Amino acid sequence: MKKLITILLLSTALLLPRAAIARDVIITAELKSYRGPGAYLAVYLTKPDGRYDSTLWIAGEKQKYYGHLRGWVRAVSRSGESVDGLTGASVGSGRTLNITANLSDAMIDAGYQIHVDTAVEDGGEHTNDAVVSLSKDNKGMTVGGRGFIRSLSVSM
Amino acid sequence: MFRISHTYLALVAALFVSFMAITGSILSLEPVISWSQASSTNALNGSVADLANSVSGEFSDPQKLIRKASGAFLVYYYSDAGLTADQVDPLSGSSLGTYSPSDVFGFVSELHRSLFFGDTGRLIAGITAFTMVFLSLTGLALLAKRLGGWRRLLRQPQGSAQQTSHIKIGRLSILSLVVSALSSVWMSLVNFDILSDGSTGFVPFPEFVNGGEPSAIDGLVALQSINLGDLRELVFPVAGDVTDVFGITTASGSGYVDQVTGTMLSFIPNSTWKNIYQAVYTLHTGQGYWWYAILLGVGALGTLFLVYSGLRVWWQRTRLPIPKLANNISGSKADVIILVGSQSNTTWGFAATLHKALVNNGHRVSAAPMNNLQRVYPQARHMFILAATGGDGCAPDNADKFLTKLDMLNVSPGMQFAVLGFGDRSFPKYCGFAGDVDAALQARGMRRLHNLFEIDRSSASQFAEWGVDVGNSLNAPLALDHTPIHPKTSGYILIDRHDYGYKHEAPKVILRFKLPNILNGRQRFEAGDLIGILSSRNCAPRFYSLASGYADGFLEICVGKHPGGVCSGFLHELKPGDRIEGFIRANPQFRPNANMKPVVMIGAGTGIAPFAGFLRGNTRKRPMYLYWGGRDPVNDFLYEKNLSDWHADDRLTGGKIAFSRIAQCQYVQDKLLEDAAFIRTAIADGAQVMVCGGVAMARDVRTVIDEICRPMGIDHEMLKQNGRFLEDVY
Repeated sequence: MKKLITILLLSTALLLPRAAIARDVIITAELKSYRGPGAYLAVYLTKPDGRYDSTLWIAGEKQKYYGHLRGWVRAVSRSGESVDGLTGASVGSGRTLNITANLSDAMIDAGYQIHVDTAVEDGGEHTNDAVVSLSKDNKGMTVGGRGFIRSLSVSM
Repeated sequence: MFRISHTYLALVAALFVSFMAITGSILSLEPVISWSQASSTNALNGSVADLANSVSGEFSDPQKLIRKASGAFLVYYYSDAGLTADQVDPLSGSSLGTYSPSDVFGFVSELHRSLFFGDTGRLIAGITAFTMVFLSLTGLALLAKRLGGWRRLLRQPQGSAQQTSHIKIGRLSILSLVVSALSSVWMSLVNFDILSDGSTGFVPFPEFVNGGEPSAIDGLVALQSINLGDLRELVFPVAGDVTDVFGITTASGSGYVDQVTGTMLSFIPNSTWKNIYQAVYTLHTGQGYWWYAILLGVGALGTLFLVYSGLRVWWQRTRLPIPKLANNISGSKADVIILVGSQSNTTWGFAATLHKALVNNGHRVSAAPMNNLQRVYPQARHMFILAATGGDGCAPDNADKFLTKLDMLNVSPGMQFAVLGFGDRSFPKYCGFAGDVDAALQARGMRRLHNLFEIDRSSASQFAEWGVDVGNSLNAPLALDHTPIHPKTSGYILIDRHDYGYKHEAPKVILRFKLPNILNGRQRFEAGDLIGILSSRNCAPRFYSLASGYADGFLEICVGKHPGGVCSGFLHELKPGDRIEGFIRANPQFRPNANMKPVVMIGAGTGIAPFAGFLRGNTRKRPMYLYWGGRDPVNDFLYEKNLSDWHADDRLTGGKIAFSRIAQCQYVQDKLLEDAAFIRTAIADGAQVMVCGGVAMARDVRTVIDEICRPMGIDHEMLKQNGRFLEDVY
């Protein structure tokens, strides 16, 4: 996580807004039980107008499978960003992925959304498996997913 | 060198190799089952556009259409139950039922590639595969060495049943084994990023799309131009999103298709590395090629058998008794040095006999492997070298440094040498190594005690002959009564006997014994195997061919009485109820080949025994012909009744009998010449010729067979090379 935060310090999420005040946002994605190998997840932010903002995390290390995270591919292709340093292990059946992102206060309650795409070898893929707004109102609340995600929550 | 690495590496890897072979053979069924379930249609020439169009009509919200390697088409779509996959008919696009990946194959597949230990398991699998490549190559090298060269790899192997089956199954499965293992090594190297699989991550989403009203899918040009057979995956645009595109992956690359204009946007073709990886993957899994997957599966089972037979060969070899040498002293104190170079332990048995005889004559004797040649032998006067030769004339493993070390030997002027070569005359470089050693010793300036002497196939009588000569040179008789170390004996009780011949001239008897109540593996036998019979505790065993297999439920031999023969005399005195001690010795080199080609059996006198056994067991009615010679039809017609019974029920197809003590005196060779045309036809059909009888008869038969075969441009030697001319001569 330390490494992630260091990298995030350099990434667009922090640089975009002018505000100097930032806080740790914890995103928790719990997976359903399913049969098959570890799931690939893309966790990314979109702006209030729906355009791509930044990538928070990619779970899964083999780039050749990233094409199956299609919503994220569509979003990130236009930005031309690299995901170096934002990747980690895939997430197994029933496991939970925790991400801590350091985000500017200006982004909170401003219409930003957190998207999660998922894909499992021979088990299907989901663009926007779950989506949750970056809002204080959502604190402690969880949303369900339509694919491999059982629940997605944000706390700050 | 090859043998040591082959053996020990195999011992270490046996467990993992078996594991991979078992899981691999199970996985090989997957492509076969998928193939049987995939709707076999000729729809693969249809276009992706048409099927995608039908699918979007059949399913309300299709997400993607994929073609599995097995040829099955799947559609993933959202329904009330969430994302579901259905198999679809590639012609109509309609559902053929829900698809769910097999739990069993998923589990075994993960076991096979990583043992559920992640990258550690994958590393183990990769190392196992590498070991299998190495074992295949060393195995091949050993086989070439054993059979006398790379060109002779397909020759009939000689040796124990375990050895020959290890060789035969190995030859059959080596190709499949090497392909499986090499492809596995490749994929393993890809997994650990040492080789590339050519994947470039994802294809970037196109920057500009038309964004207008989507066209009908079957009108999209790019999709029309792609055959269903080339499709890997088609991802549908999200319903209602006009800025989304089709994602397409084909056999040759990936890209996006505009849903309005139907043009291909940002297509990236597969790299060479990717094509190689896909080929390697297919070679390893057989996916999409059910018949090839069956070959892989059979190869995996062959590998499993190789582990088993290899372990048995190793076990047999390590258990071979190496004789303990009484009074063996160091080379520095000995006056006689015996050096042994032997691949097997047979030669050590001869060395032990020589050692004992020399010690009895008052010599101080040192015996050691040839590689242990010392620089100095201060007290030595005689050096005996017993050297076996491999099939290609190479030095045995424990003698491969001898010729180098010989250069350092301090040759004392009084020292004399004699080389005794052990080999098999049927190999071209018979006793080749022994000849090299003999020449090298002479070149070092040592004097010969006796010329190079060659012993064919461990003949004890030739050994004794050499002993007499050497004894003369040493001025002290050297009695070399060599008895090979024989295994534990079992008791056999006589249940029946039939006498033939004349009371006072060449009587013969067929003896039938009861089997021990419980037969262990060592006591099992086939017709043509041998029984070693000990007529008294201290005497050498005499071997008789078996005229029955253990499946017949009794053990039968045929014994001619030799004037003064201790063992044959003893056997001729037996009465029903008497018990003998004997042990089975497998004789796999004298057995009909395992096929249905004709067998021409030629024998005289008691040489009929193994043939009687083969005929008795010929329930599959393979064509078998018997040419046999006896003395007269009244007293000496061995197996007369049986032969007519076997002929009646087709176990004996034909042949001729000759008698020498009747007015029209004939030998078996005369009958062969009468049937020369028939025998040529049989040989042309692939027949195997088997000869059993005395030395003189066998020599005459060889001459006659050569004469018969001359018009065909072949002789018995050429047949022998292919395992089609076998002799059992006594």
